[in-house]
Amino acid sequence: MTEQNEQSKPQAAAAKPAPAARPAAAPAAPAKPAENELKPRVLAPAEARAELVRLKEKEGMDYLENLTGVDWGEEGLGVVYQLENTTTHQRVAIKTLTADRENPFLPSVSDLWDIANIYEREVYDFYGIKFTGHPDMRRIFMREDWVGYPFRKDDETEKNNPLRMTNEPLADTTDSYILQQDGTITKETHNIFEEDEYVVNIGPQHPSTHGVLHFRVSLEGERIRKIDPILGYIHRAVEKISENMTYPQTLALTDRLDYLGAMQNRHALCMCIEKAMGIEVSERVQVIRTIMDELQRIDSHILFFSCLCQDMGATTAFLYGFRDREEILKIFEETCGGRLILNYNTIGGVMADIHPNFQKRVKEFIPYMRKNIKEYHDIFTGNVIFQNRAKGVGVLTRDQVISFGCTGGTGRAAGWSNDVRKHHPYAAYGKVNFNEVLRTEGDSFARYMIRLDEILESLNIIEQLIDNIPEGPFQEKTKPIIKVPAGTYYSSVEGSRGEFGVFLESKGDKSPYRLHYRSTGLPLVAVMDTACRGNMIADLITIGGTVDYVVPDIDR
Amino acid sequence: MKRPKIKNIPYKEFKDNETFEKLVAELNAKGTNVIVRKLDELIDWGRSNSLWPLTFATSCCGIEFMAVCAARYDIARFGFEVTRNSPRQADVILVSGTITTKMAPVLRRLYDQMADPKYVVAVGGCAISGGPFTKSFHVVNGVDQIIPVDVYVPGCPPRPESFLYGMMQLQRIVKVENFFGTTNRKQKDPYREEAEQRAEALYQQEEQA
Repeated sequence: MTEQNEQSKPQAAAAKPAPAARPAAAPAAPAKPAENELKPRVLAPAEARAELVRLKEKEGMDYLENLTGVDWGEEGLGVVYQLENTTTHQRVAIKTLTADRENPFLPSVSDLWDIANIYEREVYDFYGIKFTGHPDMRRIFMREDWVGYPFRKDDETEKNNPLRMTNEPLADTTDSYILQQDGTITKETHNIFEEDEYVVNIGPQHPSTHGVLHFRVSLEGERIRKIDPILGYIHRAVEKISENMTYPQTLALTDRLDYLGAMQNRHALCMCIEKAMGIEVSERVQVIRTIMDELQRIDSHILFFSCLCQDMGATTAFLYGFRDREEILKIFEETCGGRLILNYNTIGGVMADIHPNFQKRVKEFIPYMRKNIKEYHDIFTGNVIFQNRAKGVGVLTRDQVISFGCTGGTGRAAGWSNDVRKHHPYAAYGKVNFNEVLRTEGDSFARYMIRLDEILESLNIIEQLIDNIPEGPFQEKTKPIIKVPAGTYYSSVEGSRGEFGVFLESKGDKSPYRLHYRSTGLPLVAVMDTACRGNMIADLITIGGTVDYVVPDIDR
Repeated sequence: MKRPKIKNIPYKEFKDNETFEKLVAELNAKGTNVIVRKLDELIDWGRSNSLWPLTFATSCCGIEFMAVCAARYDIARFGFEVTRNSPRQADVILVSGTITTKMAPVLRRLYDQMADPKYVVAVGGCAISGGPFTKSFHVVNGVDQIIPVDVYVPGCPPRPESFLYGMMQLQRIVKVENFFGTTNRKQKDPYREEAEQRAEALYQQEEQA
């Protein structure tokens, strides 16, 4: 507590002086270095790859947490890799860049981590960096006939790309670039689907893809041979438009990424900015944020249950789920004013204090929900049809989920303990007792059960906190114009469906230089190919439902 | 934007029905036949109470649409509950969510696939104008650039009540339409001209032969 007081004093003092008396050089840098600063080691491309191999093999850094492409202007284009050790939970960041803007090449790490495949495609799409040794160098979000690389600072995107109403071309071939012994780079073209393969399109408009997502599915009879996901139908370039916004403005967009994790997403960004600036938020805010995050998690998991049931034809269960979800929305609405998009967290606190009825309603809700979970199990979990379609279907092993970076329920169903709340406690999670729900089967049924059990766990967390909300301000005083000191920062929270991270690169301006969100859903879509291979096409829906992705979060 | 162009009806008219009564008078003035009008009324009454929406949602508003379909708000009270997964069977497309430039041709195709008479409701800020993503290079600023919109429902996302309000406005539009001769042939056949040209060319060819 003393720490907090020391921290809040200079803040309050800085806010007080009249505008005329304000010193020109405001104390931009906080007293102590920000705890979430990344300080990535800068290495040359070839060395970086060697170092990444070493870290993975020798130091057990087997989880590629995040991979961010950045345009450093004069310095060049590059990538920041963030690794985590899945046993010690140590984190490491490596940065590498190339000065060549015409034909940038970097070595691929897609052979080390499966998820790097899709992350590197994203970087290629945004920045045009080609990865040598990558098997599938195609655009991922933009149309294939898109001109230029939109996230580069000097790209004239709007001019080159008017609205095209022609149908989108979909190539059947893909390129890969191979670095030869003598240093030259050769291009190879190969087929995505062979000539005699039977390919079915699922999406972009399909009711059970949970949004606008497109799968090209190659079939062998009824068995799935391969899945090629095509993304970007809801790519809103949130990261790019954030670069022209002030920090408080960027907050509003986070709610709309994963709208079932609106609280947690916004919490992550607020926390990242607060830690970078050295703002200590009050205990009260920490507890409120924790309760809200957990309510949001329950909301999301109920929706998961409802949608899964609906996809499998159990309409009554869908209605049960929505009945209970409305109770949470009622609580949200009283305090935040919104139902779905809540806009509650702010930099340094929350938008408004909790409603006088908040505690009463939450306390009413806890036993109500506990009772209804039993009802869920009665109506759906024991159902023979569901059991047959879920048990032993879409099995993912622990190694696979780590390699694909599938955090959240999907990872925990396969036995990977990856809860950010446990391993990197934030807000009030360090003070509460809760279990990380783990299972080892890794099939659709385990993923389903994890979520229902997590609802109970979240209720436990809320129960511990709801009577002990400490007094204090709900909003710290901040400067009218928020400027984050120069540096690279990363903060992550446990979102509704996995680790939601915020990568923030600041040059000390009032808007971020680069803001990247570690999407919770992108790894989950990337893993669909592995999870579905050899399963029936009908099970694609169940697997997709239990993996639980939200498409606007994938595309960002 | 200094002076935003608001596309909905003026605030004052929000409360009274003048606008719609005027619309009714206007429609009735245009050649209403006594017998056919009675039939029209019957058909419109039926149609307005059984508008089948297409399950089409790209983002947040879709979740609110699901909430509207569920027990508390119960869209079935108005006869909209039969959500169709195929555009061929749907009457109304509720564009709930952001439409990106990549999605635009897909949406257009979905609209083209729907059978006449068909209606479009733009739900939420994104579908109306691009909403919070107006400045994004990959977002269509208003779905009315792609397809004609009948009703705009503002909000981010709109509350279920406004959803229902918007759908009720659509019902009113449907109720005053002349089904025979106009509504059921609203869209021109896009291939008609082409087919005529082809027939002409064939005729010319035969003539020469």
